[in-house]
Amino acid sequence: MIVEIGHFALVLALSVALFQSVLPLVGARQGDQRLMETGTIAATGGFVLIAIAFSALVTANVTSDFSVLNVFENSNSAKPMLYKVTGVWGNHEGSMLLWVLILAFFGSLVALFGRDLPATLKANVLAVQAWILAAFLLFILLTSNPFQRLDPAPMEGQDLNPVLQDIGLAIHPPLLYLGYVGFSVAFSFAIAALIDGRIDAAWARWVRPWTLIAWIFLTLGISMGSYWAYYELGWGGWWFWDPVENASFMPWLAGTALLHSALVMEKRSALKIWTILLAILTFSLSLLGTFLVRSGVLTSVHAFATDPTRGIFILCILCLFIGGALFLFALRASSLEGGGLFAPISREGALVFNNLFLTTAAATVLVGTLYPLVLEVLADKKISVGAPFFDLTFGPLMVPLLFAVPFGPLLGWKRGDLLGAAQRLYFAAGCALAALIGVLAYTGGTRILTAFGFALAFWLLAGSLTDLFLKAAFLRTGWRTGLSRLVGLPRSTFGTTLAHFGLGVTLLGIVSVSSFEEELITTMAPGQTAEIAGYTLTFDSIAQRDGPNFEAQAAQFSIRRGGVELAEIDTSKRFFPVRQMTTTESGIWTHWFSQLYVSLGDPSEDRQSIVVRIWSKPLVTLIWIGTIFMGLGGVFSLADRRLRVGAPARNKGKGAGTGGSPAVGAGA
Amino acid sequence: MTRKAKRLYSIGAMFVVVGGAMALVLTALSSSVAYFQSPTDLVKNVPGPAQRIRLGGLVEDGSVKRDGSSEIFFRVTDTVDSVPVSYTGILPDLFREGQGVIAEGTLGPDRVFLADTVLAKHDETYMPKEVVDDLKARGLWEDGKGLVKKPEETVSATPVGAGS
Repeated sequence: MIVEIGHFALVLALSVALFQSVLPLVGARQGDQRLMETGTIAATGGFVLIAIAFSALVTANVTSDFSVLNVFENSNSAKPMLYKVTGVWGNHEGSMLLWVLILAFFGSLVALFGRDLPATLKANVLAVQAWILAAFLLFILLTSNPFQRLDPAPMEGQDLNPVLQDIGLAIHPPLLYLGYVGFSVAFSFAIAALIDGRIDAAWARWVRPWTLIAWIFLTLGISMGSYWAYYELGWGGWWFWDPVENASFMPWLAGTALLHSALVMEKRSALKIWTILLAILTFSLSLLGTFLVRSGVLTSVHAFATDPTRGIFILCILCLFIGGALFLFALRASSLEGGGLFAPISREGALVFNNLFLTTAAATVLVGTLYPLVLEVLADKKISVGAPFFDLTFGPLMVPLLFAVPFGPLLGWKRGDLLGAAQRLYFAAGCALAALIGVLAYTGGTRILTAFGFALAFWLLAGSLTDLFLKAAFLRTGWRTGLSRLVGLPRSTFGTTLAHFGLGVTLLGIVSVSSFEEELITTMAPGQTAEIAGYTLTFDSIAQRDGPNFEAQAAQFSIRRGGVELAEIDTSKRFFPVRQMTTTESGIWTHWFSQLYVSLGDPSEDRQSIVVRIWSKPLVTLIWIGTIFMGLGGVFSLADRRLRVGAPARNKGKGAGTGGSPAVGAGA
Repeated sequence: MTRKAKRLYSIGAMFVVVGGAMALVLTALSSSVAYFQSPTDLVKNVPGPAQRIRLGGLVEDGSVKRDGSSEIFFRVTDTVDSVPVSYTGILPDLFREGQGVIAEGTLGPDRVFLADTVLAKHDETYMPKEVVDDLKARGLWEDGKGLVKKPEETVSATPVGAGS
């Protein structure tokens, strides 16, 4: 019964979305306040309906209702409760439902928090949101219905893919989707502005917080996914340039560019057309990502199911939205006015530089991801594009961009002083030089590239702090006044500093791991020891240790340095009988920012010893810690924005009070 | 600087960056991509020692051998031809005899394929797409049915319905 209610709610949500995609638009055309208001109600109602559908699927999973095909295929009564809940989105149908739930969630947020928006803009935005929602609801109902019944109902389910039975599944997909789908708001704003044919600096002020929210979640979602792959797959790698990783990375690059260009538009009302285009492209890349992951055209860990009709359906949605959006853009872009002028060496210029490199980098990732597909269709040749390609293309593009990062905030708007900025960066340059010399000395002058990598990381770290340091004027005013000035700085300054600093932290981790990682593959029997990076690992014991729905061979290692025991590592191989699958639970010991990583292979033929793979990963955790800084920067920036969005609204309220009309002037 | 000069300046900068990126992409595409080949292809056309190959097929039954250290030997077959593969490291959890596999690496001078990466994806019903397409093209695979002619007796590893 609950399952049918869920299905029905989903169908109802589709019809609500269809109304929402037409009525507010008509209202905006005719200036009909009541019709425009339907958007708000429909968006909220649609979210509630989809939430009901989602809860129904959760209930079916939690109660192990195997009469539902989706639950039968992906659950098992012995599965721990946490995975019964998270397993809801551990499969194609459920994850699409989560996608749609989050889309509706953002739509309802715009409906609720968009009170300050001009009525026509808000109506148009909600209508565009509803187009996307309707398309994907139709997709779910026609090709991937999670509420499909099974008759007769089986006694037991087939269990969830063991790789997904991890806390990572609880966090990674929701975060990622909040990011991915969050960019739909920027897209809807762009389309709404194009429909209206009017766009100004205020548009950027409304769009930036939404973009920022999506960007924060996407940053953390990608980072979380990377750490999950790192510890769960047992391969010790943190980024594989897997097409599916690229699918989430491309919107991130474009979204980062969008954040920066929207800044120019907001402050200087320049780059309008470009920002609109970027908003469209960012969400288009999100849609492309959904297509790549969900259609099964790629072979990947994430490709749950391969059903050609689904791929074609999403491809149609993709073409419709991207094609339609770009067509509308081509029609209207020329009528948008250009904005303020600026010299090439200026804050604006620096942000254009940022955009140029980020979008080009996104384009190279796109080429590397799609090229094998295109070649297969056109020439029937099968190739794979892997890490070497991206190292050769993406890497060189990032170097000038990262080098330029500290300059950006130090340049003035309209016309900047490059020499002055360079002079203020002497401390950062000193840090970089020290790192360069230090690494060269440490490696005996053999690792020149590594030394430059470290120099760039320290340049970024010190350079991003320089802006904060100078704005607080520690040197001129002394520590005490400086500190109070520091606290009084706008939060967006902290946001910029934290995000750029995080970039430096991540880069430091990447450079350190890729240059100083050590790896050891060896066969060990209990009692034997192995040496890596100055540590001695002793293989203490191996024993059978079973879990609720798996059997495990757990091995214990102890780590010593100079005879002193520092820690113990547990690592195991789990066998899941229902799926007949084995997973590797890697053992990780974190000391400061570095890690020792142990994973088990197969036992030898006489079963006396086992293949063990050990890595020493210096400073590896910085890769993910850096992204936390970036996310935190985003939060600070967001806090600042809200204050600034509030200020003009207060003024408007005052004006309206004297004028008598509470309605929004910009609406007509 | 006039508005026109500025525009030229920025368009010029764009060309430099985009042109540079294109040059990088083209070089990388010609030098660092791996071509998919089946064992039959590999036996027929021997590639150069530097050419990276993705060798796809099934792990031949009874061919997996460990020599006591961490080096592993096995043969990859497409039921017509087979190629010996040597790999040092830990095999993926789903690596099994009779199952689909992709080995990436180069062909050594003694015609032994030196793999640096072995992929067997994380799904028990999973067959690498390239392998399926290849088998399909030769009538050894049908959609929905899987392998029509099994290389040897292989017990189906796909669990149906009831678990324990």
